[in-house]
Amino acid sequence: MDAPLYLLDGLRKSYDGPAVLDLEHLEVQAGEVLALVGPSGAGKSTLLRLLNFLEPPTAGSIVYHGRTFRDHRVPIAVRREITTVFQRPALLRGSVRRNVAYGLRLRGQRDDRRVEQMLAQVGLGDRAKAHAQRLSGGEMQRVALARALVVEPTVLLLDEPTANLDPYNVVLIEDIVRRQNREQGTTVVLVTHNVFQARRLATRVGLMLSGRLIEVGPAPQFFESPSDPRTAAFVRGEMVY
Amino acid sequence: MDEIVRGLVRAVNLICTADPAVLEIVWLSLFVSGLALAISTVIGVPAGAALGLWSRIRVRGLITVLLYTGMGLPPVVVGLAVYLLLSRSGPLGFLGWLFTPSAMVFAQIVIALPVVAGLTMIAVQSVEPGVRLQVRALGATRWQELVAVLREARVGVMAAVVAAFGSIISEVGAVMLVGGNIEGRTRVLTTAIVLDTRMGEFDLALALGIILLLLAFLANAVLFWLQQRAEG
Repeated sequence: MDAPLYLLDGLRKSYDGPAVLDLEHLEVQAGEVLALVGPSGAGKSTLLRLLNFLEPPTAGSIVYHGRTFRDHRVPIAVRREITTVFQRPALLRGSVRRNVAYGLRLRGQRDDRRVEQMLAQVGLGDRAKAHAQRLSGGEMQRVALARALVVEPTVLLLDEPTANLDPYNVVLIEDIVRRQNREQGTTVVLVTHNVFQARRLATRVGLMLSGRLIEVGPAPQFFESPSDPRTAAFVRGEMVY
Repeated sequence: MDEIVRGLVRAVNLICTADPAVLEIVWLSLFVSGLALAISTVIGVPAGAALGLWSRIRVRGLITVLLYTGMGLPPVVVGLAVYLLLSRSGPLGFLGWLFTPSAMVFAQIVIALPVVAGLTMIAVQSVEPGVRLQVRALGATRWQELVAVLREARVGVMAAVVAAFGSIISEVGAVMLVGGNIEGRTRVLTTAIVLDTRMGEFDLALALGIILLLLAFLANAVLFWLQQRAEG
């Protein structure tokens, strides 16, 4: 088996108080879709921020591509291999095209064709000139996804990307993510409350509770024969804290 | 009422005939306030943005309170302080700036800088925190993050510049004290209005007042137009 893309050991994060994330060990394999499920406050979003090197861990290390990182000193080239789509799309002022091209501009690149292709891929080919802030919620999230994918990331982190969206947009976004993973080999780490979405997209699934990883395994095993009773309860849709 | 009408007529006359003395006063007013505003913007916008963005800056609370206090500084007090600094026995007396346009620019910077920095800080703080995180997640460096947030806050930043311009083009206390209202050297619109009023030349004072208002209107119209474009 190849070395994992991410290797997290003894990873801990706290903000002037008890740890919000306390992870003994987690590996993310290159090219997989890993879904992390769990209730609010389980530390899922915190983990994504650490994986994107947006925040340094309080303790422990993140090994990424064989390089160990323990603090905020992460080369910009490494950070630029990873990107996140958040629950709220946080679009910039200006047109849809400007938003989608933004990541390229940060890298000193300009590729209008790629931007147009990406817009077409998310079904917004005819909205390039529209004001980004005036789109519907689903369209905004598709712009955010196009903006993340246009830079061809090695790792795509998704933080509740379809929460509060209508089924049409959910299907569209899931299709784009699936295609990106299959065709480009992009590693995807998806955080969601929605076990059904995890089941539809993920190759492996993990349950997080109170900052800890309770169980992680291949999707069929996670859903059909979980080893932890809390996982079984969560999969059944029971309230688990 | 007659004086107002006479003032209006004289204002129109002064503008239409391009009276050299008035042009000189107008030019000096624009030069002093324009230069003070430019310097305040160059220093105040990045400083305000840094204060708004980086909560880890030590004594940020104290700096914020000082800025807020600075935003309400009475110009005459600023004039007095700058006068004492620049007077021959003062710590900056060696510059020889007292009663020169340089002293007037200096005093107006002291007035405008807290306004630009304070309002920029507020504008930057009002940008949705998610934008900053998102920009970083897309691979922005610290500098690119600062530029992106400033771009998002640009309507507020422009308002800061407009407010600062308004506060210095119309102030009289500071420029009067440190400039001395010397004809042909340091006389600006506001100090000329004070002098003409004292001399009983109400129609001329009023005419200059109308020109001052027109200038303020024009400058604000340009800034408003830029703001509208930014809101796009």
